[in-house]
This record gives sequence, C-alpha cells and structure tokens, in this order.
Amino acid sequence: MDEKDLELLKILEENSRLSAREIASMTSLSAAEVEARIHALEDAQVIRKYTTVVNWEKAGNGEVSAIIELKVSPERDYGYDRIAERLSRFRQVRTLRLMTGTYDLQLLVSGKNMQEVSRFVSEHVAPMDRIRETATHIIMKSYKENGNMLFSEQEPERLPYSF
Amino acid sequence: MRNFISERAHEIPPSGIRKFFDLVLTMDDVISLGVGEPDFRTPWNICESSIYSIEQGVTSYTSNKGLQTLREALAHHLQERYKLTYDSEHEIIITTGVSEGLDIAIRAIVDPGDEVLIAQPSYVSYAPCVSLAGGVPVPVECVEADHFKLNPDTLMEKCTPKTKALMINFPNNPTGAVMTQGDLEAIADIVIDHDLLVISDEVYSELTYEGSHVSTATIDNLRERTITLNGFSKAYAMTGWRVGYLCAPKEICDAALKIHQYVMLCAPVMGQVGALEALRSAEEEKNSMVNEYRLRRNMFVSGLNRIGLSCHVPEGAFYAFPSVKGTGLSDVEFAERLLKEQRVAVVPGSVFGAGGDYHLRCAYAVSRKKLGEALTRMETFVSGL
Repeated sequence: MDEKDLELLKILEENSRLSAREIASMTSLSAAEVEARIHALEDAQVIRKYTTVVNWEKAGNGEVSAIIELKVSPERDYGYDRIAERLSRFRQVRTLRLMTGTYDLQLLVSGKNMQEVSRFVSEHVAPMDRIRETATHIIMKSYKENGNMLFSEQEPERLPYSF
Repeated sequence: MRNFISERAHEIPPSGIRKFFDLVLTMDDVISLGVGEPDFRTPWNICESSIYSIEQGVTSYTSNKGLQTLREALAHHLQERYKLTYDSEHEIIITTGVSEGLDIAIRAIVDPGDEVLIAQPSYVSYAPCVSLAGGVPVPVECVEADHFKLNPDTLMEKCTPKTKALMINFPNNPTGAVMTQGDLEAIADIVIDHDLLVISDEVYSELTYEGSHVSTATIDNLRERTITLNGFSKAYAMTGWRVGYLCAPKEICDAALKIHQYVMLCAPVMGQVGALEALRSAEEEKNSMVNEYRLRRNMFVSGLNRIGLSCHVPEGAFYAFPSVKGTGLSDVEFAERLLKEQRVAVVPGSVFGAGGDYHLRCAYAVSRKKLGEALTRMETFVSGL
C-alpha cells in the first residue's frame, strides 16, 4: 500500500464504475498501472466487493430493517469472536459490530417485513447461548447511509459566468 | 437634464462577456465552465455555526477591523500555514470579500497619476479599481512560454519613475500559474530597486497542487512593502459569504482601515462567524475539496490536450487555460461558436487582459460527469472545424 493505492481506493469508494482509463486520466498513473494496482488490492482483499448504494425506500420493495443490540457473555479463550461469527453467517444480518458501552454486539438486520425480522430475532438470535439480553429498534426512515445522503437536495443556483 | 454619470464611471469599460451572458440565458442544457467559484456547498459545520450565531442574536456590527477572535485565529493560521507573521491587532483587517480588500488596498496607496503594474492575464477588476482610484493601470504580460509566470525582464521594462505598485495574483485566475520561491525572489530585487509596493492577491493559495504555496510577504525584504490579500471564498466554498482579509504593515493597514470604516464599516458578522469556524475545523473538508479539484484538473487538462487544445498543466486555482491558436479561430469566436453550437460556456482569455488572447478560461469547478460531457462536446466542436 502506498499513496497511489490510497488515492485509487478513495476514487473507487466514491464511484466503483469508473474505467481504468478514466481513473488514469485523473491520476498520474497509466491505465495498465491502474488495472494492476486494482487487481493487487482485490487479491489482498483490501477491496472486498463492488456494490451499489440503493435507496430501497424509493425502490419500494417494502423491506424492513432493524438495529438489534445484544448483551453477550463472552467465552473464555474466544471472547466475542465465535458468537459474532456465528451470527454473521445469517443472511438477515447485514452488519455486525462489537461496541463499547451498555451492550456488546450491534446487528443491522433486514427482512421482507416486520414478521420476518421479529421471527428471526426471537427464533434465531435471542435463544442463542450466551446472549443475555436483546433490544430491537425498527428503522423508520434512513436519511444517510455510508456517507450518502438519501434525501434529494436542490442544486444551488449559480451564475453562468463569474470572474 | 444633464448627464449625471461621472467621467470615471463612464470610462470604465463594460464587461467583456456581456453578450455571452445574454446569449446563455436564452439557452437550455448549457454546461458552464465559466463560473469562477467552487461548485461545492459550504461545509455544513460552517453553515451550522453561523446559523446558531444568528439564533443567539449575534447580528450586530463588529469592530471595524473584524471580530477579534477571527483576527487572532487568522494570525495563528497564517503563521502556521504560510509562515506569515502579522499582528492581529494592527496588521489585519477582515474585509467584505477580497474584492473590498483590493479596493481599499489600492485606494490606500495610489495617488492620481501613479502607475500600477498589473501582471496579466488577471482578474478583471484590478485595472478598473486602479482607474477608479485615479491611478494608471499598466499591464505586464505573462506569457505561455513562461508558464504564465511573471517574468523579471518584462517587469523591469515596464517600470518607470511613476510606478508605485505591482499587483500580482498567484495561483492565478485565469491561468492557474503559480510562482515558486525562486520565481518570487527573482522579482523581489526589481521591486526593491524601484521602491515598489506589492499587492499580492493570494485568494487561491489553498488550491495549490504541486508543492506548497509561497506567500509573497515571506520573501526577504518584501514584507514591509507587501499587502497580502486573501479570503475564504475559494478554499472553503464560501463565495456568497463575502469574507476576505487584508494584511499589511501597521502604517498601510491604518490607512486602509480608514477607508474601510467609511465605506464598509465592517464585514458581515454572520460571514465572520462562519470564517472562524472554517479556520477552527474545516481542514478535512477543505482538503477533500482540493483533492477533488486535483483529480478534475488532471482529467480535464489531459482531455484538452487529447482533443488538440494545447494546455499547460495549471499548478493552482481551478482554471485550465488552453490555447486555441491551432484552430484558426480567435478566443472570442471560439467561445461564441462553442456556446452556440455545442452549448459549453467558457470565457475568452482576452477578457483577462494582456497575454490572454487566443486562450480560453475553463473553470473545472464542476462535477467530473459534467467535465467529461464538456470534453465530449468540445471534441465534437474542434473536430468539426
């Protein structure tokens, strides 16, 4: 990893659909170098995936998401790792983090509807060994995801010419 | 009824692009590279702190010089960032944009008949401001062969016994040229020999892409004969806030302050509050905007060269200044036809004075998507010539 790699990552994080040629024109790298570097970053799993930020509310698929806070008794030798990895394997778990503060694990869970989310929590998460407490917060509306504003803003008016 | 318009007002030449303005208003789907301002919104923390201050009732006049807290923060910032030493109490005035700073700087030093050298191509208001103060603007041409830097020999040729001051603006609008330490040292001797004062408009200082900006007043023996002008508009995307500043040795600052207090009283307090927040905690936001300009510059300038409009790499500001010599058109013809035929608005270089003809000023302070589309349209236009 060097400065150029970091620059590439920043560019891709903002728009992963840019071609190597487009990226080359913005940086001091050739298109071939851009490609080689991106491959290396993929191989090293620094780049995990190329994805799309979707405003699902607008897409209207009716999906429901919830933040679930878990209090967990850590395991000797493993701490939170084994239970966190176990939970991560569920398709419904979109994000999972270990937190400081009043609870331990934070899950972002998505499902087709409220029933699916609550069934998942009550049947799969809550009964799991070492989970002492759960608190489920349904997401009512998302305004910003991963640095992307989900509400539309008017472009400010600018003069066509100014000096 | 007699003609009430003063001779001075009458003699100021009208804007060189009035007809472009009128034309563009009648058209749809124009991509404008004609705007000399950031396309970003002001970072939110700056807006928020200003909004909060209004809610708290901070809506009065400030000291003529500007808020003391802002001047102190600025003095600290200038020292840390540019090694400029100015006393916040006696050597800094917060102005209503750099435009006002420019006006009061000129009026503080120019007597009728004084010649003021202006490194051109330059921002359009320099010469009129000199004329309005009764001075005589004298262009000093910066040429493409010198990468639009101010050439010491050319400067020397223009000095006369009547020359009082030199106005420079680097990083430059419209060329994007910068002056290195060595470049500035080369003109310093001439400035000192001819006992000139330098008005250095450094409003694009934060938008320097290679190396770091060198402030004129940091050159040996120039501080006592330099007025440094700068502001928040370009670096922090705060054009509409109208906050700039003038820094100069106490004697000059006192003179400028007299004019400022009578014509402006003080810069708007909401803007000053926002500017203070910008200095305190918008470094990250500024850096990410500067980095985005750098990417756009690389993309746009390589694109211009690819389609046959030769363009030196501008090391600062957010303007590309390609040449249209190879096309057989003048800059005005090129800009007019490009607007009419391909709906891309650029500013003809001749508007910016000596050395600007046969060039275009293209501001790349627009999204990469629009820049890409503008390049496509420009390529269609050039290949159809």
